[in-house]
Amino acid sequence: MHRTKFYIVFLAIFCVLFSCSTQQGKNINAGMQIKGSDTIVNLVQVWAEKFSQINDGTNVGVTGGGTGTGFAALLNNTCDIAMASRQVEENEINLAKKQNVSYKEFIVGLDGLAVLVNKDNPINDISIDQLRDIFMAKITNWKEIGGEDRPIVLLSRESNSGTHMFFKETVIRLNDINSKDEFSPKALLMPSSQAIVDEIYQNPNAIGYAGIGFMNGQTKALSVSAQNSIEYFYPTIENVMYGRYPISRPLYLYTNGEPKGIVKDFIDYALSEEGQKVVVETAFVPIKK
Amino acid sequence: MNSKITDYIIEKIIFLCGIIAIVFVVLIFGFLLKEGFAFFKEYGIFNFIFGKYWYPSSNPASYGVFSLIIGSLLVTLGAAIIAVPFGIMTALFIAELAPKGIRDILKSIVELMAAIPSVVLGFVGMVTLVPLVRSILDIPTGLTAFSGSIVLGFMAMPTIVSISEDAIRSVPWQYKEGAYALGATKWQTIRRVVLKAAMPGIIAAVMLGIGRVIGETMAVLMVTGNAAAIPSSIFDPVRTLTATIAAEMGETVRGGLHYRALFGIGLVLFTITFIINFIADLFLNKKR
Repeated sequence: MHRTKFYIVFLAIFCVLFSCSTQQGKNINAGMQIKGSDTIVNLVQVWAEKFSQINDGTNVGVTGGGTGTGFAALLNNTCDIAMASRQVEENEINLAKKQNVSYKEFIVGLDGLAVLVNKDNPINDISIDQLRDIFMAKITNWKEIGGEDRPIVLLSRESNSGTHMFFKETVIRLNDINSKDEFSPKALLMPSSQAIVDEIYQNPNAIGYAGIGFMNGQTKALSVSAQNSIEYFYPTIENVMYGRYPISRPLYLYTNGEPKGIVKDFIDYALSEEGQKVVVETAFVPIKK
Repeated sequence: MNSKITDYIIEKIIFLCGIIAIVFVVLIFGFLLKEGFAFFKEYGIFNFIFGKYWYPSSNPASYGVFSLIIGSLLVTLGAAIIAVPFGIMTALFIAELAPKGIRDILKSIVELMAAIPSVVLGFVGMVTLVPLVRSILDIPTGLTAFSGSIVLGFMAMPTIVSISEDAIRSVPWQYKEGAYALGATKWQTIRRVVLKAAMPGIIAAVMLGIGRVIGETMAVLMVTGNAAAIPSSIFDPVRTLTATIAAEMGETVRGGLHYRALFGIGLVLFTITFIINFIADLFLNKKR
């Protein structure tokens, strides 16, 4: 008897909580699906909202999952546009050809990867060679580069992330396409950029990387110098736009073949002046006109 | 006449439902075998099981799951060490010692615990447990096998508690009365008579709890750190088999080697859970 009462009380609490939080979603037009990089999911989300307002509520679904996920979804025909934080690869193009899919590429903005550490970490500058040694676990203690005597905890993204690939190519392999160097297997693979930021926020040993959109007061970004250079640059919008900051990259949208209809409208909107304003607002770097 | 027809139809419907479940299991297993073996043929089963490096998106890729197997086993072992004593003692308390009012509330709470989705547990673990583990133990990071063990131990508890409680309760009352009549104390009765008689059921409960732990995905993905290196202790980050499948399934292209490698992992997991369920079944049958 007691137990039935107990369940009823619980159910009642749940009902109250539920009715407070549910909202009816609107579904007016059959729209399109956009999938891919977690890095630019926030930016594309804002585009989608504004685009939807202009085009009488065209429904645009935006989901993350990683660049690789976006390309796979475009191949498997479960999305209309793939968001990417790296260029499509040779073997992905070959796979696509087999299924009669041809990727069409659009550069819609730029992003810098900030190297983040805990706020209590005294280090401010780092060279890209030091960064490489740290992420390959050749340097394992902060004191080796002038910090405190603490072990270094490496935070990386999952291997399906464009951010992971880009960091590997630029920092670990120093843009050498013949290099076979890898992240140390000791690197922790985090499910999202936010998870990296959260862990750095509470862990003074940690170092990680994320798009400059993830820079906020919770963590500290390091100034980075390029190879054979002693000039350190902080990841600001100007430094990325003029190519001074060494870890920066273009951001892409991909479609299957030449875009048509609302897909074309969406891409035109993203590249328009208004669309590029959103790029700045969401802490990315607009493309130079 | 009419009732005979109804009987016939209902009998057939029940038969069909039963058969469909079996057919699906066989189909799933067949699919797993097909994709898994295609991978073993191409990559080699020895390289797969004993390979040390898991770099699926490199060129050439390496698909060694040894560190992942160790990761899964380590987290599971830790969870078992935490959940088994707690679970059995809770079950004993509920079945034998608790007054009726407390028993009902406790039982409901344990059942509610089983209903908490694993993502929720994982998230709570990530924001509360992980920083705590790091600062209390003074280790480089709180994202470790140990944190995973605690979260998973929490998830295995309800299963262990409710099944062992059933087992303890189904010990015939005559056994207990007999023990008391011989002058045994309550603790002696519980330890020497009740626990002994309920042992097969308790072992089955433990095995089912462990089965749940090893297949658990979302919570471990969030708290174990996912570093694909062989851990030197339980306080190192680990990557589990399940977390690997969940994290990488989205990026793979159907029919590719990476896609098949994940099915290979699925096959390894299936084998492990099959063995565990088989042991549980042996003990459950012994009970009858």
